[in-house]
Amino acid sequence: MSVRVQEEDFDVGAELERLTRDNKRIGGLAVFVGLVREMHVRDGLHRDRIDALTLEHYPGMTEKALEEIEDEAQRRWPLEATLIVHRHGRLAAGDRIVLVAVGSAHREATFEACEFLVDWLKTKAPFWKLEDTSAGEQWVGAHEGDTQAAARWEKKG
Amino acid sequence: MKVKYFAWMKRTVGVAEEQVDVPADVRTVADLVMWLRARSAGHAEALAEGAAFGAAVDHRTAPFDTPLAGAQEVAFFPPFTGG
Repeated sequence: MSVRVQEEDFDVGAELERLTRDNKRIGGLAVFVGLVREMHVRDGLHRDRIDALTLEHYPGMTEKALEEIEDEAQRRWPLEATLIVHRHGRLAAGDRIVLVAVGSAHREATFEACEFLVDWLKTKAPFWKLEDTSAGEQWVGAHEGDTQAAARWEKKG
Repeated sequence: MKVKYFAWMKRTVGVAEEQVDVPADVRTVADLVMWLRARSAGHAEALAEGAAFGAAVDHRTAPFDTPLAGAQEVAFFPPFTGG
């Protein structure tokens, strides 16, 4: 059970190894790794190339928000291990942004809880993306799809 | 109390944070928004009626009717776009 917000990259293999090393009750892990996309659809017609983005966050609140999301996942599913690592600062296309890993005795809980964690952190953790595009700097707007993805978990549990 | 602004709101207001002494009749987040709008054109634009932004009181997401009694830090920010 841990949450980290950091500027530096993370090593997925090393993180998963550390997460499972001391817990033999874990029967499976579901892992999500978010990356900086190279292309971004602006309005369905135009595509601006993203060279890099800067992730701003709210130190103090971010960690608290991620821990609350993690706690909620723990309440809803029988989880043996959870890990959220979210980067901030300047990231280039192809860079890793976020790692979410969930371990449980059985796979159903890991898939569901992993999806839940990603959906909720997108809408409930204070991060903002500033894209450095071929057309200049642009703050990324919230995605209606993300809001809907997060909302479907509100009805559950 | 301390007021913080994030993402585009920080640029529009012109500062990342400021210390404010609010009058006693500023009791909720909504009252604070109204009061801050009068501070500058940047504040008025960032915190305009209908602008999409949220708030946190002492590091916790807070609806606009949240009371400010005892609050140390209030933050305003656009919708989150992490992950």
